[in-house]
Amino acid sequence: MATAPFDTASPVRTPLQTQTVDLVARFPGIVAADARPGYTGFIVNKENLVEVATAVRDELGFDLLTAVTGVDYIAENKMEVVYHAYKTTGGAGLVFKVQVERVDPIEVPSLINIWAGVDFQEREAWDLYGIKFTGHPDLRRILMWEGFEGHPLRKDWKEPFFEEETKPFKSRWPEGKHTFSEQKNPFRDNLNFPQNFDPDKYVVDKEEDLYVSLERYTTKDVEGNMKTDHIVVNMGPHHPSTHGVLRVAVTLDGETIIGLKPVMGYLHRNHDKIGERNTYLQNIPFTDRLDYFNSMSNNFGYAITVEKLMKIQVAERAEYIRVIMAELSRVQNHLIFIGMLMNDLGAMYTPSLYTFKERELILDVFEAVSGARMMCNYFRFGGVVRDIPDDVLHKIKGLVSERLPAKADEMERFLNENEILVARLKNIHVLNAEDAIRYSVTGPVLRAAGVPYDLRRADPYSIYDRFDFDVAVRHNGDMMDNYLIRFDEIRQSLRILEQALKQIPQGPINSQKPAYQVRVPAGEAYGRIESPKGELGFYVVSNGKPNPYRYHVRPASFVNLTAVEKMCVGTKIADFVALLAMLDIVMGELDR
Amino acid sequence: MDYEKLSLPNYNIPEDIQNAVAITTLDRLYNWGRRSSVWPLMFGLACCAIEMIAAQTARYDMARFGMEVMRPTPRQADMMLVSGTVTKKMLPSIIRLYNQMPEPKYVVAMGACASSGGPFKEGYNVVAGIDKFLPVDVYIPGCPPTPQALIAGLIKLQEKIDKESIKTVRWYNKEKFDGNYVPMPILGPDLIDVRRHAEIRDIAATKESA
Amino acid sequence: MYGKGILKGLSVTWKRFWDTYTEDISWILRGRKRYNTDEGIRHRSSKDTKGIFTVQYPEEQLILPEEVRYIPFLVYNVDADGKREVLCTSCGICAKVCPPQCIWIVRSNDPVTGRPVPEPTEFYIDADICMNCGFCAEYCPFDAIKMDHDFDIASYGRNIYNMEKLLKPSSYYESIRPQNFKIEAEARKAKESAKAAKAEAAAA
Repeated sequence: MATAPFDTASPVRTPLQTQTVDLVARFPGIVAADARPGYTGFIVNKENLVEVATAVRDELGFDLLTAVTGVDYIAENKMEVVYHAYKTTGGAGLVFKVQVERVDPIEVPSLINIWAGVDFQEREAWDLYGIKFTGHPDLRRILMWEGFEGHPLRKDWKEPFFEEETKPFKSRWPEGKHTFSEQKNPFRDNLNFPQNFDPDKYVVDKEEDLYVSLERYTTKDVEGNMKTDHIVVNMGPHHPSTHGVLRVAVTLDGETIIGLKPVMGYLHRNHDKIGERNTYLQNIPFTDRLDYFNSMSNNFGYAITVEKLMKIQVAERAEYIRVIMAELSRVQNHLIFIGMLMNDLGAMYTPSLYTFKERELILDVFEAVSGARMMCNYFRFGGVVRDIPDDVLHKIKGLVSERLPAKADEMERFLNENEILVARLKNIHVLNAEDAIRYSVTGPVLRAAGVPYDLRRADPYSIYDRFDFDVAVRHNGDMMDNYLIRFDEIRQSLRILEQALKQIPQGPINSQKPAYQVRVPAGEAYGRIESPKGELGFYVVSNGKPNPYRYHVRPASFVNLTAVEKMCVGTKIADFVALLAMLDIVMGELDR
Repeated sequence: MDYEKLSLPNYNIPEDIQNAVAITTLDRLYNWGRRSSVWPLMFGLACCAIEMIAAQTARYDMARFGMEVMRPTPRQADMMLVSGTVTKKMLPSIIRLYNQMPEPKYVVAMGACASSGGPFKEGYNVVAGIDKFLPVDVYIPGCPPTPQALIAGLIKLQEKIDKESIKTVRWYNKEKFDGNYVPMPILGPDLIDVRRHAEIRDIAATKESA
Repeated sequence: MYGKGILKGLSVTWKRFWDTYTEDISWILRGRKRYNTDEGIRHRSSKDTKGIFTVQYPEEQLILPEEVRYIPFLVYNVDADGKREVLCTSCGICAKVCPPQCIWIVRSNDPVTGRPVPEPTEFYIDADICMNCGFCAEYCPFDAIKMDHDFDIASYGRNIYNMEKLLKPSSYYESIRPQNFKIEAEARKAKESAKAAKAEAAAA
């Protein structure tokens, strides 16, 4: 496997990846192939969506629905919802779409009864596009707050600091007199109010919908006759253990959680809207700031998506550099995970100080090759921005072959048998494989539940098919397995790194000429990678212009969080803190 | 103890008691105590928070400046390190935290986002700088500032504290005592700054409908 | 035995605790200085680091790799008469490629000929919006804008850098990025000699 013949022209494809599904033949008259140039997949009649989706899951075996997103085709007066379904056994996916007239109310049937994992993503589409998913039990705004005016991702919605449709803005050159955006807005700030708005008469939303929905999800008392009062506790957004600015509304019976609703959007930085204004190249540094622990992985996902659209090959040496960086990034992410999990369990500082020490050494490598510790901005379409200097390559080799394996062993010796740790982790928050798939959970959390689904193996991208490694998998699905699987993954990443460092060829680091304006043909592409947190997907629609028409990020943390309700009902509130650490959420990616 | 920073330079203290005696002013003593134990609020917003955590860890070790005690509760914190993008949805919580902090309190805007909205300034959910609401003492540019840059910024804050005087600091100023309290903004169709009610109403009335 | 795992874990912290002293002592025995020296800092950032990991900024500083980027600056050459020659030709590529659009360039025309003057009249970078991505330096065709290493730039107010603040001599650039400077100087020289050869050929 390790020395498979290199055929860069046609990357190795497993039989599963080349198979095609003909939905049109199965549902004549209901489903049509998407014939727009550059597009793939099928367009399903809105009325038959649930029927087709059920068949896609049950008959065709696409059990994992990873991405749901809206697209606003304002010129055609259409609103589209795009679904990406995959098989947990691996292979290519199935794209199906629903198109509706762009006249309010825009209604599409919800698929929540088929794939529970669409919950948050449908709420997001409602929030940002105003697409009503009929049958969704809890369709509230998710990233913005109730009462916000408008649906921001619609193409006719303009933000308060709107300057021009696309970058670069004309005011910057050649007469670039510096002005603040505030001076151009009538409200002198990043604000926009409807006409004749009177703040004195405004009634603030009391979040009743949230508490009503929390009530609905609360399990009713069944045992005994004694009636106990339930307490609703709001945890966050400022809370030392919510991993950023996440808020959860919890109903407690004593110390037991009987209902829970995450509230997010406290770090919603409008990546999608800004991304549609940026040029393709300008989006790369913005992807750094999604999952800010793993900017290399984010770059990777975005780069392969746009390369898919551009239909270009990546330089051979650059492929290896990419893999090396992505795997180093995985190692340091899991190191932080271990430290942060210990912090949340109450083992403050010592374990996290140890893990951060190793992370610093990896960040030194990133700093030396890319120029920044965290926001690397290292990938370019067709390759990477600059070569790895020899001394850095030497340092990586030293880290990979000597230091990191030894330190991983040391951490295991340090923690794994600790009785307190075992008591806190073993058999707590069990997620079984079936539920994990139903909730579209990906990444280490899914693999700890016993599903060996790793995109590097299941749907190989870049050159991962050349490396010999095992997909880390554990079977209990409890917190202990989730913790241990991170060590397994560190070891597998080190294995990949060793091979990559051995095989890395000399040569150019970019197949393209450096250009700040790339030509991207019209079409759509969904690129996904196995980021350390799970499946990181980018859905990019191009209309041939220098800026993407639609730029959507399918974040791993966001979708993984869908399962949190299911996992923690019936457990103790003290364990919930550890659960958040276990899911390894990062707010930059979750809220975007 | 660090007497050289405490003692006034123009007094000649005999050498043999230099380590035991310091002649100083009340201001200097006050500032010395303050600068040497700035406790930050344990409060992270975005990417910069990770660099803030890194600054607390072994390599940079903010404990050397008396800043290692990250207090999760605002009641025990002296400094709010606004580390990351301030969104409109998060702003009321930040202001509430600030109002709960006891005086003296300092605000450090870490990174581009907290200073002015940074690369996300154009976003519809982003507040263009925390200084629109809170009095910021130090701005640290960078996206994100490296831990060393953060420490450099915090040294700037210490220098600022050194120049303070009990007579002039705003929290002992009886006339504008309310200056330390910032009214909470409201989340309406957009972020409503309650101090600007009349202004917003007037501009909204003259606005043309879209 | 209950508690065995904890003890096993404590042995790791114990070893780390001892490493601090053994490492310091071994440096002393070898007659080397572990603190406040380049060698010591380099060793502390290497794969063999053991014991104390702290680099005590501001007394010591981490050794920054050449590629480190912070806020951009503009490069100028000093010619023989001591006159400043700004390399920027106000072509505007940096302003166009800047992702958060924080670069503002004023280009002016010569009052006599009416043609654009290469040197920018004013050049602003909003340092509080800049995301340190380095695109401006990467795509500048004249090597006129470069990323700075200076991170000690915190201030008590907003930071909008104008041309005066942005301009730094090429000797400074050479000092922070010697290798890049060398490569670029060689490329420039090669280009000039090619040009000269071409002109000679045309003249002949």
